[in-house]
Amino acid sequence: MSRIPDAFGNGKAFIAFITCGDPDLETTGAVVRAAVENGADLIELGIPFSDPTAEGPVIQGANLRALRSGITTDRIFDFVRKLREDIAVPMVFMTYANVVFSYGAERFLSLCRDVGIDGLILPDLPFEEKDEFLPICRSCGVNLISLIAPTSENRIAMIAREAEGFLYLVSSLGVTGTRTEITTDLGAMVRLVRENTEIPCAIGFGISAPEQAKKMAELSDGAIVGSAIIKLLEKYGRDAPPYVGEYVKAMKDAMR
Amino acid sequence: MTNPNGRFGIHGGQYIPETLMNAVIELEQAYNHFKADPDFNRELTALLNDYAGRPSRLYYAEKMTRDLGGAKIYLKREDLNHTGAHKINNVLGQALLAKKMGKTRLIAETGAGQHGVATATAAALLDMECVVFMGEEDTIRQALNVYRMRLLGAEVIPVKTGTATLKDAVSEAMREWTSRIDDTHYCLGSVMGPHPFPTIVRDFQAVISREIRQQLLEKEGRLPDAVLACVGGGSNAIGSFYHFIEDKSVRLIGCEAAGKGIDGFETAATINTGRVGIFHGMKSYFCQDEYGQIAPVYSISAGLDYPGVGPEHAWLHDIGRAEYVPVTDEEAVCAFEYLSKTEGIIPAIESAHAVAHAQKLAPTMGKEQILVITISGRGDKDCAAIARYRGENIYE
Repeated sequence: MSRIPDAFGNGKAFIAFITCGDPDLETTGAVVRAAVENGADLIELGIPFSDPTAEGPVIQGANLRALRSGITTDRIFDFVRKLREDIAVPMVFMTYANVVFSYGAERFLSLCRDVGIDGLILPDLPFEEKDEFLPICRSCGVNLISLIAPTSENRIAMIAREAEGFLYLVSSLGVTGTRTEITTDLGAMVRLVRENTEIPCAIGFGISAPEQAKKMAELSDGAIVGSAIIKLLEKYGRDAPPYVGEYVKAMKDAMR
Repeated sequence: MTNPNGRFGIHGGQYIPETLMNAVIELEQAYNHFKADPDFNRELTALLNDYAGRPSRLYYAEKMTRDLGGAKIYLKREDLNHTGAHKINNVLGQALLAKKMGKTRLIAETGAGQHGVATATAAALLDMECVVFMGEEDTIRQALNVYRMRLLGAEVIPVKTGTATLKDAVSEAMREWTSRIDDTHYCLGSVMGPHPFPTIVRDFQAVISREIRQQLLEKEGRLPDAVLACVGGGSNAIGSFYHFIEDKSVRLIGCEAAGKGIDGFETAATINTGRVGIFHGMKSYFCQDEYGQIAPVYSISAGLDYPGVGPEHAWLHDIGRAEYVPVTDEEAVCAFEYLSKTEGIIPAIESAHAVAHAQKLAPTMGKEQILVITISGRGDKDCAAIARYRGENIYE
């Protein structure tokens, strides 16, 4: 049974993205704990990919640092299994289709179920290709998360109707990364989503400041933050956990 | 050959961010409309003939034939096209299509620089803005082409991520497209990426096999026994194969860049060393590690230095219709020198991979048999790099 509804059960959700193994798994574990202790409602764990085509420079850097440290999908599964011993919030994987395909989708998803992963986000798997993994996700009780972009327009209803877990609203054109301004008419997108599904929707891409998080929380059910957290890891490395904790607290407080 | 979802057997598809989905759907609709439009086709044919210099020659390589002592060898001279390679066939088609769609800006990736030069050329001709992404490593080994693109008015952006070669240039062009779609067409240079690109590019390159067929029937009254072309993404190869796929008597042979050999890691021979994966918008064969991380491939040829292959080639391999053979750097360089000395034709180092395999294959064939090699481009751009390979430092 997916834990994802828990994330949206107590006010607006703050979703933190962290690349596994950047710079090592010990730090990732400490960062996850710091984020959860300070109010993160859902943890998005990135499995690094050599060529992350949906990422901006900051998360690309995290992927490279993690791969250079020798991280593998197997080691990440072991890590999550341990993490689950004391982390109760929902956790989802964010990676690229080839990481799942190459590992063997059935093997990958049954391990997700076994170690306590609740969902899977694949930015290079649009609605048209979701059958690649959806039947296996369902049989393993892992939610395959759908994304909606500012260019989705006529596709929003179709995607929302079949969405599971939560909907990931991409705030802006382009790749991941912090932005000073988000110009998309997110209110209109959210309205269209609400007309077509009961599941919560959270906004990601470009969110870094508490005021932005507050605004996104007013518009939707939560905010997803990646690059701003990764920047702290880039800056402080193994010393990053307390800084991430402090940052998550400020963001979550702004959303209350 | 393509089913409605852009599948070639299990290969192909549209594995791209949601942000790009409406763009590829719009592209497919526009292409389906214009490919049946007589005005569009008249305009494109005029450009291909009067501007690019089609049809390209099918040249009987008599000295090479005599020297190798087997099959009669013909060279399909795509190197004689304007801008010096087959890339212009696809680019003129896509640029004209983009223009009809109301786009004002073309972006492209390039490896050796030939596709970038062709795109910059079409942009200049059709009054469009042009930005080309090129791996930093490639901007060094193909400095002359960087200068040509800038001369033609394009902006060249060196890509520093990953291995700083073709795959990284593709990734960066895809990232750029997700950030600016309204006025921008991504002019993809090979039969790869998400549907409908593999089909569109193949259709625009199929002019190569249409001409080979007609020219050979005129000269010899028969079809060839084998058609050879080099394969990176595979656009000149699919163009050379396409109109022969139904003729089972014609062997179709794609020559992959083996780099330093297929037993090591320094290779780009995707079908020979890779396995099925999902990357750059498509399911196909990719060089990758056991966890699906894309491998940093290697070839002396910047144009073949790519870890994947077009989905239609993957399918032709699966069903056994085409063969894919590895050719090493050393063999390709020897063939580069051989064709220059034997026929007075300096082939692109990419095309030299096909020449190298022909050197092995022709002597095993009968004198009554016919072998066609597509010379996908001219080799001027490679002279400095080959000189360096041979230990001679020359200025470009």
